Amino acid sequence: MSDDTQDHDGHSGSRRDFLYLSAGAFAGVGGAIALWPFVDSLNPSADVLALASVEVDVSQVDVGQRVTVKWRGKPVFIDRRSEAAIAEAVDTPLSDLRDPETDAQRTDRPEWLVVVGVCTHLGCVPLGQSASEPRGEWGGWFCPCHGSHYDTSGRIRKGPAPLNLPVPEHAFLTDTKIKIG
Amino acid sequence: MSAGNQQPVGNGLVKWIDTRLPVFSYLQKEYAEFQSPKNFNWFWNFGAILTFMLVLMMITGIVLAMQYQPNTELAFDSVERIMRDVNYGWLLRYMHANGGTFFFIAVYIHMFRGMYYGSYKNPRELLWILGVVILVLMMATAFMGYVLPWGQMSFWGATVITNLFSAIPLVGDSIVTLLWGGFSVDNPTLNRFFALHYLFPFLIFGVVILHVISLHVSGSNNPLGVDPKGPQDTVSFHPYYTMKDSAGLAIFVTIFAFFVFFAPNFFGEPENYLPAAPLNTPAHIVPEWYFLPFFAILRSINFDIWFIEAKLGGVIAMFGAIFVLFILPWLDKSPVRSAKFRPVFKWFFWIFLLNCLLLGWVGGRAPDDLVFEGLGLKVIHLGYLSTFWYFFHFLILLPLLGVFERPKPLPKSISESVLGGGTAGASATAKPMEKA
Ligand code: HEM
Ligand code: FES
Repeated sequence: MSDDTQDHDGHSGSRRDFLYLSAGAFAGVGGAIALWPFVDSLNPSADVLALASVEVDVSQVDVGQRVTVKWRGKPVFIDRRSEAAIAEAVDTPLSDLRDPETDAQRTDRPEWLVVVGVCTHLGCVPLGQSASEPRGEWGGWFCPCHGSHYDTSGRIRKGPAPLNLPVPEHAFLTDTKIKIG
Repeated sequence: MSAGNQQPVGNGLVKWIDTRLPVFSYLQKEYAEFQSPKNFNWFWNFGAILTFMLVLMMITGIVLAMQYQPNTELAFDSVERIMRDVNYGWLLRYMHANGGTFFFIAVYIHMFRGMYYGSYKNPRELLWILGVVILVLMMATAFMGYVLPWGQMSFWGATVITNLFSAIPLVGDSIVTLLWGGFSVDNPTLNRFFALHYLFPFLIFGVVILHVISLHVSGSNNPLGVDPKGPQDTVSFHPYYTMKDSAGLAIFVTIFAFFVFFAPNFFGEPENYLPAAPLNTPAHIVPEWYFLPFFAILRSINFDIWFIEAKLGGVIAMFGAIFVLFILPWLDKSPVRSAKFRPVFKWFFWIFLLNCLLLGWVGGRAPDDLVFEGLGLKVIHLGYLSTFWYFFHFLILLPLLGVFERPKPLPKSISESVLGGGTAGASATAKPMEKA
């Protein structure tokens, strides 16, 4: 059988082998493609994506005060920072940082810091929103779950978390109104 | 199982069915006449106990599911309604919640039994591997089940554990979003966890069947670890072990019932009676006790290893701690199964067991708590030590022991050892084994 199915180059694959392999490959690729809708159905749906932005009125927030708002199911920390806190954040050399970012890169108006209040380690909400809570060694936030310390710019300084608290996309609609998302 | 050449059993209807579908002859062969070593001790009861617990979890779970609402607005209240308004709802829920705990107690004893008596060795490697698959599925099931009541620990446990996957380079965040079906643990997450929590026990059931089929190919191991040499070394499963299993099960269920009726929240976390609050992390997030050793390993890697960040390192170590169980049959090279005849391994087995308990203790405490004021020794330091020992035991000690340890002489057969082979001395050594 094998002799008379050799092609003219002397390869011993028969036409039947070729058909088997290509049919198998098509079935495999087709099967994988058919799987995608099942997997993708688990991703965020259109209605979840639609809840993407919130507007916050910050006219009642005093200097040195922090407030929490909920955005996409997560807390967002808004901090009206004191001069001292801003100075501390600005004066920190980048070489001291695990995830180097300047304070200017993280703020639109230095007085207002807006960060997602979810620890970049395993997702706990760090403490420090009220003055009575521990704020860590750098006066920003302290995550009690596994001991991550964030500074007054929400940057990671110590502990297991790898990254700074993320700054969500946000814009000042007026002097006292922030749109997040 | 092919009964083609086997006589159908029974009379009348049973025989009529058995000739067409040989279920009765199968049961007869595999569960009644099945020959088992005659020297089992009580540790051989736990397979039957586990089967019972699995069925109990499925039955209580299915009736709970008829009252439960998998929606973030309703879930917590629906569980409270089960507790207060549904007839016997409190009993069903407490049986299910404590059932999870007792299921894990039984599975851990079952596994340590296997480790002590070398039950994972040739020819039972695949049997052991199927067992580890069952363990992994059980962990996933219990983790998702704990999310369902939607209390504070439910929510924050789910948040922390799903976030583990964000440690995976490049695709981590997409995977986490995929798991959540959103941007945080929320309604889509609760819904899918409920669907999977319902499904997984049935998968477990399937793997248990494979586990038992595999067991019935090689036959059971026994406390001496030597193969039965003939009918003088075995007894039929029924009535001998059906009776012994029933007796052990009765004791186990009595203890279980004690907790269900008199201390139903002993293993629980009071924090989980507070409804989930996504903006408010509790001071201490602790998983259920049966995850604590693995949680301790996760937290103990809080330093970078080369280019591997601490977060990823912890995740790798935690999954590695389970994965290493899969390859255990190839790490332990000693041809002798039972620790009874392995004078050095025996000690390390007990150290390993204590080390696992230590890991569990560490997992339940805050990492920076002081252990001894004077020494400045913190919980995390014990975490480093016990995590190291866990891997050292499997990866270094076991392979070395297989080469360097001198085992004691093995008895020629089970009968010789059990009956003393006619000498008084041998029967004296056989006695403590019965209780081992
Ligand atoms: C491998 C077997 C199973 C294990 C280890 C397991 C584990 C758990 C755990 C730990 C909880 C949380 C209990 C609490 O704190 O209230 C739970 C809840 C729940 N489970 Fe399961 N389960 C199993 C099988 C099932 C099955 C087969 C169903 C059927 C649908 C089910 C339905 C439920 C429901 C509705 C709840 C929420 C009510 C409640 O919290 O008591 N479970 N499960
Ligand atoms: S989650 Fe914040 S330190 Fe681990």
